[in-house]
Amino acid sequence: MKKLRSFFRGTYLGLMLIFLYAPILVLMVFSFNGSKSMGRWTGFSFRWYEALFRDTTIMDALMVTLSVALISALVATVIGTFAAIGIHSMKKGPRGVVENISRLPMVNPDLVTGISFMMLFAMLGIKGGYTRMLIAHITFNIPYVIFSVMPKLRQSSNLLYEAAMDLGCPPMMALRKVVIPDIMPGIISGFVLAFTLSLDDFVVSWFATDGIQNLSIYIYGIARRGISPKINALCTLMFIAVVTLLTFVNVRSIKEEREQEQAQKRLARRTK
Amino acid sequence: MKLKRQAFSYPYIVWMLIFILAPMVLIVYFAFSSAEGGLSLDSIITALTNEIYMKVLARSVWIALKATVICLLLGYPIAYILSTMKKRTAAILYVLFIVPMWMNFLLRTYAWQVLLDSNGIFNSILSLLGLPAQQFLYTEGAVMLGTVYNFLPFMVLPIYSVLVKLDRSLVEAAADLGANPVLCFIKVVLPQSVPGIISGITMVFIPAITTFAISRLLGGGKFLLYGDLIENQFITLGQSAWPVGSALSFILLVLVLISMAIMRRAEHDAGEQGGMLW
Repeated sequence: MKKLRSFFRGTYLGLMLIFLYAPILVLMVFSFNGSKSMGRWTGFSFRWYEALFRDTTIMDALMVTLSVALISALVATVIGTFAAIGIHSMKKGPRGVVENISRLPMVNPDLVTGISFMMLFAMLGIKGGYTRMLIAHITFNIPYVIFSVMPKLRQSSNLLYEAAMDLGCPPMMALRKVVIPDIMPGIISGFVLAFTLSLDDFVVSWFATDGIQNLSIYIYGIARRGISPKINALCTLMFIAVVTLLTFVNVRSIKEEREQEQAQKRLARRTK
Repeated sequence: MKLKRQAFSYPYIVWMLIFILAPMVLIVYFAFSSAEGGLSLDSIITALTNEIYMKVLARSVWIALKATVICLLLGYPIAYILSTMKKRTAAILYVLFIVPMWMNFLLRTYAWQVLLDSNGIFNSILSLLGLPAQQFLYTEGAVMLGTVYNFLPFMVLPIYSVLVKLDRSLVEAAADLGANPVLCFIKVVLPQSVPGIISGITMVFIPAITTFAISRLLGGGKFLLYGDLIENQFITLGQSAWPVGSALSFILLVLVLISMAIMRRAEHDAGEQGGMLW
């Protein structure tokens, strides 16, 4: 009875994993197909990958995606960290207002955020697709930085900062020497989150920019007209990049957890 | 000195006013103005009375609801089974279920486009079996499938994180007191997982109702959703369509806020119920 049940459970999980991964795997396999067909296998080849790297439009889009992600994450991390430090020491009333407005981009559907940027940029006369995309990405990234730094600020003590200043430290130096090292983990996770969100974004970029393509916009443009083996190759590479990144992050956190667990066990044994 | 520390947030506050608050004000402003300019309810009225718009809205809500229910039915068992497994195995499997969430949703949608294509793998299998080719792509079913596929991990995540914290001794106590497994589940596990279910529903329903590319890629533009309608206003029709487009976005926003309020309410009630349990 118990065996039967665990068999059913395993089968269900297996089926669901197949549902989630089969489409991606099929796509990856067919990216190595010798012909254009995505239903019949005609032999192994790298021709779509060669075509991909020779396509200057795609390479340009890749550069846009990477540079926007890096710059927007860096700028958002700096503005967001300072913002969090400032907001943290505000009085309850204004602080609530600022926090609530900051939550808007997180709560708003991407579609609405994108449209609102489109109208704003037109009204302000901000031209240049790259600038537009950068501003949009910085804006939706900042709140995520603020809300990853905030909890760390709550954990750390205000007294340290004041003590440093009482001892004659100017505010900027007190910040650099005392506050920032204390909240560093929050800043780093905020940066990583911002970078990932920017890499992944399609909807906001689609509406906010004008005449410039990142990878998502490029893929949408091609996919609307049907399937293309070059896109298969591109998707395969993007998927591998995501998985590598995630494995790296997760392995680190799992390792940390295990170390903590073992430390606790050791402690428990000792107290026995 | 106190004031000095607050000053660190001033650059952000300027940024926030220009790039977060002003755009929202713009949407509300355009939603309540006519094509000629000036305040009026024309755009909102057009958005609410146009037969096509309302039909698309109804279809979007219906598809999002169906997708949410299917995600719940598929996702809850996943989360439940994972929560009963050994911690280490569960952690690895859980990551496997969550990884697709981190992939670009266009990419995930495109993968189904490849599978369902008229010359795709499904039709190849059919022809191998000697069956006639089917039209999979550009049907409502394909749009549904794409939506469920994209948002399923968002249902598993919150339910699992509630279930995994559930006190197992409660289930054992119920079993010791003579409850059969089904009763244990209904009376003990299910009520306590309600907060997870609610945030799962929110995390699926709201993106599902505001999505726009999935229906374009898998439905071929034949099954317009509300998001596609809004995209159309802004991308194709240009500046003259801003008021109606903003009105449509405003309605979408109100819809999202209403569903959030309902969810919050449900969570609150569930909390009270949980309190009564004790």
